[in-house]
Amino acid sequence: MSVFGGVGQTQSEFKKGLNKIFLWYGGGFAAFVVVLAILEQMGLPKNWIGYTFLAATVLLYGGIGVMSRTSDAAEYYVAGRRVPAMYNGMATSSDWMSAASFIGMAGTLYLTGYGGLAFILGWTGGYVLVALFLAPYLRKFGQFTIPDFLGARYGGNMARLIGVFAAILVSFVYVVAQIFGVGLITARLTGLSFDVGVYVGLAGILVCSFLGGMRAVTWTQVAQYLILIVAYMIPVVWLSVKHTNMPVPQVSYGYLLQKVTAQEELLLKDPKELEVRAIFKARSDAAVEKLKDVPASLAADKAAATKRVDDLKAASGPAADIKAAETALAALPKDEAAARAAYNAARTSNAARAAPPMRHAEPFPGRDEAARDISRKNFLALVFCLMVGTAALPHILMRFYTVPSVREARQSVAWSLFFISLLYFTAPALAVLVKFDVYTLLVGTPMDQLPGWIARWNIVDPSLMAVADINKDGILQLAEIRLGGDIIVLATPEIGGLPFVISGLVAAGGLAAALSTADGLLLTIANALSHDVYYKVIDPNASASRRVAISKSILVVVALAAAYVASLRMADILFLVSAAFSFAAAAFFPALVLGIFWKRANKWGASLGMVLGLGITFYYMATTHPWMYGLFHSGSLTPEILKANTWWDIAPISAGIFGVPLGFAVIIIVSLLTKEPSKEVQELIENVRFPNFDGVPSQGAAAN
Amino acid sequence: MQLTAKHREYWGKNLRITGILLAIWFFVTFVLVFFARDLTFTFFGWPFSFWIAAQGALLVYIGIIWYYARYMNNLDKQYGVAEGESS
Repeated sequence: MSVFGGVGQTQSEFKKGLNKIFLWYGGGFAAFVVVLAILEQMGLPKNWIGYTFLAATVLLYGGIGVMSRTSDAAEYYVAGRRVPAMYNGMATSSDWMSAASFIGMAGTLYLTGYGGLAFILGWTGGYVLVALFLAPYLRKFGQFTIPDFLGARYGGNMARLIGVFAAILVSFVYVVAQIFGVGLITARLTGLSFDVGVYVGLAGILVCSFLGGMRAVTWTQVAQYLILIVAYMIPVVWLSVKHTNMPVPQVSYGYLLQKVTAQEELLLKDPKELEVRAIFKARSDAAVEKLKDVPASLAADKAAATKRVDDLKAASGPAADIKAAETALAALPKDEAAARAAYNAARTSNAARAAPPMRHAEPFPGRDEAARDISRKNFLALVFCLMVGTAALPHILMRFYTVPSVREARQSVAWSLFFISLLYFTAPALAVLVKFDVYTLLVGTPMDQLPGWIARWNIVDPSLMAVADINKDGILQLAEIRLGGDIIVLATPEIGGLPFVISGLVAAGGLAAALSTADGLLLTIANALSHDVYYKVIDPNASASRRVAISKSILVVVALAAAYVASLRMADILFLVSAAFSFAAAAFFPALVLGIFWKRANKWGASLGMVLGLGITFYYMATTHPWMYGLFHSGSLTPEILKANTWWDIAPISAGIFGVPLGFAVIIIVSLLTKEPSKEVQELIENVRFPNFDGVPSQGAAAN
Repeated sequence: MQLTAKHREYWGKNLRITGILLAIWFFVTFVLVFFARDLTFTFFGWPFSFWIAAQGALLVYIGIIWYYARYMNNLDKQYGVAEGESS
């Protein structure tokens, strides 16, 4: 097929062709949305709009897969190494931005204010490390996978196999979270069930990467980037015009932030707010009382609930009240263990809602100086882990094998960060815009005049949006709203009063973000197994077409396994994603960077450094994170054990802060204690350092 | 494959620019954020430390990467280690 790079085309002809394709594509997509908007006005039902979006986007991605199908190894693994810098930048940024960036980021910023900016800093600053330490050198090396580099640089299969293990660990955790996101979004977009959603999304992923490997994934990711960035921007720009009369939210929200800050001070002291928070405090205290003697409390609760039913019946109260009282009685915990869990949950959830709202722009809030210091330390540690982790994720680094030259690899990192920043500049703006809307327009509204989107989202998922008139004054207080982070992006079109077709577009954007990341991750896992394990270790004589065939079959197996794990709906999936960054940072970053910048690093140092770096990171999480602790220990993580296990107050999510320095130290010490690398390896390093060494350009360069 | 003085000079210049840019990256990320509570003045309507973490640092990062790409691509040509015309 000549559409995505045929034989005998020069690079500039290829680039011109691409520009034309994606211009047509952009126009076509805009026309598609406009037609749907007109149909909506003519009365097309909402779930049909949802189906149309789902079907159209999945077919589009599948279509690109069919058009760029290939069984050539260089095309399949690295898209023929002819992706121009700008297009690789777009592909990298949609590879990078997952469901968490698209849907979760603005919500996190809304809920945690300045604290959430750790993700903005970490997930962009990491690209500086990619640009300075990795991308150009990996491109010059010019093989197929990241374990490939470890294998060649640290001679033999030991470092390669450790790399394969780490790459699969990191990527699998991450891909499960993406497929989970695909299921959720499909369910919301169309009303299909979660499991059906998972498999529909999976079909879209598979058609694409199965047929065309990296080539198909690259062009699909470019298409997905365009959808996701437009979908993200439209509602935010709309909301910005509504509140500030400016169509550039990234510039105008500074003014709104001032207003939000002023409103925060009022809400902190408002007597009605204090009243609601006091009620939550009383509920939490009551739960603490009950926990002192669980059996007695449970008996008392039962007696009270039974008495209420009897009283109502005796007085022939309204049938609805009797029914409600009976439901309350039936909902009481069955035994002591259940009651203890219920009281504990009531204590923490009510205590959380009794807390005053935090100040959005205040860095490192805390009760006293010591608490603020801990908050600052953890913020910086998290930023460090996210940055180094970004610069060590195999599915991102792999993308820099696909550009034509070292020169374009360098430019491509700049394009990547530019395209990523378009969204990351906007997410904090969106958080402030919605906060302004909630604090100034929503709070203080009479309960019977609330906007429709609140009730609608309450029905879709009460954990996303719930309001209750706690102090029975008929007016909505801020403390009476409970809101889940994901709603910020999902409900923005409705908050802004936009038609449903825009909500559909936002969901399609979320889907594009999740699918594009899942594509890249699945390919990373399948390539690590087929190229690094099968071809390099088991059967070095395998033909190129056989390797590609094996990679394709592994892809299907891994995708099905990931879908199965996602359908288990593990509760701590979000923690695992953040943990993946710490794992990647500890496992890959020291070995890759020292491999390029320090000739003396050898295979014993690198192998041991990777294992110990990963090991200590894993150990720290397993002793300080409640869910991980539960997996490896009997009994649960009590506050006392947690305190004893915690080092320097660092949260488990930032465990990489121990793993990365340990990895560096071990590689340096062990390498110095053992033999220096062979002459061939030293020549390889020199070769990697110069884009063109003695007339040897990077592999595959200037082939066109 | 023999390293010449020219190669060593090229690599030395690469290390120097990498070090300088890394220092800027470190300052913007870790030093400015460390002192975030003290940098409370207003910056075009934003609290300065909030603006740095939400926008300023990102602009600096893009600048660093863009400058590095330009500097190194020129250095390649100057030292004759650039690849053949590829676009």
